[in-house]
Amino acid sequence: MAAVQDSAVAIGAGARGRPAAQGRFAALWTKHGAGYMFLLPWLVGFFGLTLGPAVASLYLSFTSFDLIRSPEWVGTANYVRIATADPKFAASLKVTFLYVVLSVPFKLAFALFVAILLDRGVKGLTVYRAIFYLPSLLGGSVAIAVLWRQLFAGDGLINSLLAQFGIEGPSWISHPDYSIWTLVVLSVWQFGSPMIIFLAGLRQIPTDMYEAASLDGASKFRQFYKITLPLLTPVIFFNAVVQTIEAFKAFTPAFIISGGTGGPINSTLFYTLYLYQEAFGNFRMGYASALAWILVLIIGLFTAFSFLTSRYWVHYDD
Amino acid sequence: MTDATMSSITAPPPPPAGRRSPLGSVLIHTGLIAASIAMLYPLLWMLSASVRPEDEIFASTTLWPSSVDFASYVRGWFGLDVSFGRFTWNSLVIAVLTVAGNVIACSLAAYAFARLRFAGRNFWFAMMLGTMMIPYHVTLIPQYVLFLDLGWVNTILPLVVPKFLASDAFFIFLMVQFFRGIPRELDEAAMMDGCGPWRIYWKIMLPLSLPVLATAAIFSFIWTWDDFFGPLIYLNDMNTYTIQLGLRTFVDSSSTSDWGGLFAMSTLSLVPVFFFFLFFQRLLIEGIATTGMKR
Repeated sequence: MAAVQDSAVAIGAGARGRPAAQGRFAALWTKHGAGYMFLLPWLVGFFGLTLGPAVASLYLSFTSFDLIRSPEWVGTANYVRIATADPKFAASLKVTFLYVVLSVPFKLAFALFVAILLDRGVKGLTVYRAIFYLPSLLGGSVAIAVLWRQLFAGDGLINSLLAQFGIEGPSWISHPDYSIWTLVVLSVWQFGSPMIIFLAGLRQIPTDMYEAASLDGASKFRQFYKITLPLLTPVIFFNAVVQTIEAFKAFTPAFIISGGTGGPINSTLFYTLYLYQEAFGNFRMGYASALAWILVLIIGLFTAFSFLTSRYWVHYDD
Repeated sequence: MTDATMSSITAPPPPPAGRRSPLGSVLIHTGLIAASIAMLYPLLWMLSASVRPEDEIFASTTLWPSSVDFASYVRGWFGLDVSFGRFTWNSLVIAVLTVAGNVIACSLAAYAFARLRFAGRNFWFAMMLGTMMIPYHVTLIPQYVLFLDLGWVNTILPLVVPKFLASDAFFIFLMVQFFRGIPRELDEAAMMDGCGPWRIYWKIMLPLSLPVLATAAIFSFIWTWDDFFGPLIYLNDMNTYTIQLGLRTFVDSSSTSDWGGLFAMSTLSLVPVFFFFLFFQRLLIEGIATTGMKR
C-alpha cells in the first residue's frame, strides 16, 4: 500500500512538471510536509495546552503559588501535607471512592438489565431506547442538578411521594448519611449511554448460538450465564472503565447540590470539588496541582489494575 | 454514519421469531413503560412546575397543572441584573464557535493521521491517544495562569481558542476511525489525476464524512452548552455568563423565593439539547454505540 501511494505521489508531482533538480527537499516536502501542515493546529495545542501545562503543573506541585507572587519551591511539602495532615483530602477521597463504588455497579447493572430486555425483539425499541437515553444527554447540565436538589429536599417531591405511602423521608440533601445517595441516584438515572453500548454489544452475539443452545435444552438463564455474559465481557469491561473514570471526575452535581461547599460535613466533597476549592477558592495553586497529580495517579493505577485483571475475566473471541 | 460502515453494528437485525409468549410480552412492556415513566417523571414535573401558579408548585405530585401560566418565564428571564437573553446569547456564541473549531481542527488532524504518510506519524498518533487519557485537571491550573497572563479571563477566548487547536482529541479519534473506512482507491485515483492532499481532504474526505462531522458537531454543541466547569473558572463578570452560570446564580440568589422562575429557566436551558436530541437521535445513539462516547 505504501509503495502504491508513494509512486502515486511521484507521478502526481511529475505530472505537474516539477523540475527534478529541486530534488531532495521538494521530494521530502511532498512526502512529509503536508502531514505536518495538517497536523499543525493539533501540534500547537499539544505543546501549548497539554504537554507544556502538564510539565508546568508538575513543577507547580512542588511549589507554593498564589497567582500573585511567583511560585516558591517547597519541595515535597505539598505531597507530605496531603498524605499526612489534610483531613479534607482524606474526606474527599473517601467520598469519591464511595461514589464510584456505589454508582458505577448500579448504573451498569441497570444498563445491562434494560439492554437485555430491549434486545430480543421488543416492539417500539427505538422509542424506549430514546427515552432511556435522554437523561444521559441532559444529565450534565446545571438544570438537572437544580431539579435534583429540589426533588430530594426535605419538603421535596421524593418525600411527598413517600408520604403518600405513609413513609416519612429524611431531608436527603442536608443529612450527611444520605446526601451521597442523591448523587448516586442522579448518576444511575443516567444509565442510557452504557445501555446503548450494551445493546450494540448484544447485537454482535450471533443468534444461532442461542438457537443451538435451545436445541440442546439449555434454559434461558443458563443461556444468559453461558453465552450472553461471557461474550459480553469486553463490553462490560469497556463500560466499567469508562464509567469509573467519569465517576472519578464528576463535579457539577456535587457543586450545585451542595452550593459549592461539599457539605453537609464534607459528605459530598468530591475530589474534583476539593481541588476546585483549593485552586480557585483559596488560590493555593501549587497545592491544587499536587492534588491534580494524585488524581492522575489514582486513575492511572485504577486503569492499569483493570487491564491487568481483565485477562482473567474478559473473554476475547478472536 | 454511512450505512456501509455502521449498519453492521447498529441497525437492528430482524427480530428473532416471536418465541416469547403473549403474557411475557405484556409483562416486559409493562415493566418498560413503568421504567420510562420513572425516567421521564422528574423532567415532566419540572416542565409542569414551570407553568404552574407559584403557590401550587410543591402542593402536588401530579404532573397536570390546574392552570397554565407563563408568568414564571417572564419573572425568571428578568430575575437577575442581567437577563437570561444575554446568558443565552453568550452560550450560543461559545457553542457555535466551539462546533466550528472542533470540526475544522479535528478533521485536519484526523486526515493527517488517517491518510497521510509522514515521518513520526505513529509517534504523534500515540501522543494524541495519550492526551485522551489525561484528566483535564492536570493542565487546568497552568492553562488558567497562561490565559490570565494573556488577559483572556472574562472573555470567551479560553473556552473557544483551544477548540481551534484540536484540544478535544476524542473527536480526532472518532474521525480517524471514520476516515479509515473510506476506500483508499478514491484518494489514489484523485492523486493520479493530480490532486494534492488539500484537495483530497476538501473534495473527497469531508463530503464523504458528513455523518461523522455531524455527530462531532452535535456532541460538541451539547457538551459546550451544558458545560459548567469551564465558564465557572473563566467567566466572572455577569455580562459574560453562560446560561449554566446564570442558572447557578439564580439558585444562589433566590434560594427559597422564586421556584417558578428557577424551574422556568431550567426548562428553557434544556430546550436546545432536547431539540437536538429529537432531530438527531439516531445519529447520537449511533455515535454512542460505535465509539462509546461518555455521558
